[in-house]
Amino acid sequence: MSGSTTFVPKNPVLKWFESRLPIIGLVHSSFVAFPNPRNLNYFWTFGGILAFMLVAQIVTGVVLAMHYTPESTLAFASVEHIMRDVNFGWLLRYMHANGASMFFIAVYIHIARGLYYGSYKAPREILWILGVIIFLLMMATAFMGYVLPWGQMSFWGAKVITSLFSAIPLVGDAITVWLWGGYSVGNATLNRFFALHYLLPFMIAGLVVLHIWALHVPGSNNPLGVEVKSKKDTLPFHPYFTVKDGLAVVCFMLFFSYFVFYVPNYLGHADNYIEANPLVTPAHIVPEWYFLPYYAMLRAVPNKLGGVCALFGSILLLAFLPWLDTSRIRSANFRPVYRVFLWVWFAAVAGLGYCGSQEPVGGIVTASQILTFWYFFHLLVVLPLLGFFETPLKLPATITDAVLSTTRGSSGAMVAARTTASPSVDG
Amino acid sequence: MAVAVASPGTPPTRRDFLFIATGAVGAVGIGSVVWPLISQMSPDASTLALASTEVDISKIEPGAIVTIKWRGNPVFIRHRTPKEIKEAQDTPLSDLIDPATDQSRVQKPEWLIVLGVCTHLGCVPLGHEGPYDGWLCPCHGSQYDVSGRVRHGPAPKNLLVPEPIVFLTDTKVKIG
Repeated sequence: MSGSTTFVPKNPVLKWFESRLPIIGLVHSSFVAFPNPRNLNYFWTFGGILAFMLVAQIVTGVVLAMHYTPESTLAFASVEHIMRDVNFGWLLRYMHANGASMFFIAVYIHIARGLYYGSYKAPREILWILGVIIFLLMMATAFMGYVLPWGQMSFWGAKVITSLFSAIPLVGDAITVWLWGGYSVGNATLNRFFALHYLLPFMIAGLVVLHIWALHVPGSNNPLGVEVKSKKDTLPFHPYFTVKDGLAVVCFMLFFSYFVFYVPNYLGHADNYIEANPLVTPAHIVPEWYFLPYYAMLRAVPNKLGGVCALFGSILLLAFLPWLDTSRIRSANFRPVYRVFLWVWFAAVAGLGYCGSQEPVGGIVTASQILTFWYFFHLLVVLPLLGFFETPLKLPATITDAVLSTTRGSSGAMVAARTTASPSVDG
Repeated sequence: MAVAVASPGTPPTRRDFLFIATGAVGAVGIGSVVWPLISQMSPDASTLALASTEVDISKIEPGAIVTIKWRGNPVFIRHRTPKEIKEAQDTPLSDLIDPATDQSRVQKPEWLIVLGVCTHLGCVPLGHEGPYDGWLCPCHGSQYDVSGRVRHGPAPKNLLVPEPIVFLTDTKVKIG
């Protein structure tokens, strides 16, 4: 997390401390003096929003754990106790439950921003892969958290998702029984899910530190996808980006508060207010909204093992994106063909989400299959080929040039820069 | 562990021996600590001990399906009618996804006992539903016949027959 200035405290006590543990300097260079590209737009504030959400989830989660009982005959009642009896329990639980959804909204926008502006490309591959791992941990944490209230959706969601592992040839059934700690989802399962649900957020926090470290080596990408070339292209993190992130976090909190205070159950399922019953499956099992696209892929493949492979493959493939995308132009603003394909892909993911929320009959199954095919076709075929066939637009020479000129691509310097920056064939 | 053995031809030294011996003891030590950490997640003896159930089947009318709980999972006990038995026995094996004769799945043809867990992802199928009048899974639409055999995916296998099933008397059956 190296910044541009070397911080020297003036206060003698701080000076004494700093020479023994240079942590103030680390914070100063990372979050005060750190040079960010001057042209970052509001999509770059979602990193800060996500940091806020992680802290919010940990704080509300720790206090909820003071009232929750992870035992299968008591769990459901303890959640109702939180809702009815505990001082502000309703608020804390609604903040935590809706906070999970807000976390996913923010992370999806954060990932989409990375895809649009090519933030995964060299030299930011490790940064991107760390992000994919954080995303996987988030999904595991959210899934296990949803099991804890021990309602019908909790129970059957847990059953369906843990049964995914039974698709593994030969050892699948043994692994599933090991995960359950019994012959079915039961008390042992609930107890271990609670322990892991408490642990994983701290692992996420550790990975976030690595994520920021890996970010601060090359610095942030920017909407132009042109690297910072001089000090003129940057502004210090404080006050420019602390204030910008701060405004975004406050706006996001307003959005968050609307859900918490006005429609706290809008994103949940009524079935989860019925206590878990291992003998009755709810008529229509659906996961939380943020898992719907993956759920649609699972159901689209008529083979059990194939469906499970599609589900996990769809996320793991993202980790290979830096090598699947062969174009060296980062920002989709300069890639006219990629930009269209990317929006089609975003639409396909949204379409999968819709399919995942519907009953798996007739046209919904066919649509899920077409969209699942397109999801993988885009990543495995379109992206590698586009880099060779697409003619990118002219890149500006520097960030400052683009920021200060009113019309894009007018100076000779930009044309020169573009020929050096573009690897494409027919350019 | 790159310094394992010196180049071929030179006799191994005392240091090589100590290096490999230390590594081996370390590996055994790590393994012996990791195993309890993995094994603690498996079902323990108290869970395994609760693994059998006795059921009185005298009150189950022909055509009815009764659901009981065994090892935390539902088990269907279906008193099949002669028509259902004939239907199950006459189904050609070539029509089946997971071929099995009806005879291999029952001890007494009128009593079908199967685990009520869809072999796709573990939901509880609904009885007397679906085109084969066996079971239909509400989650992902798998269809089973009156022998509990899968007839339409995504489930890959027939509903499991719990083992062992012992008819203690004509009206009492022990599962597990």
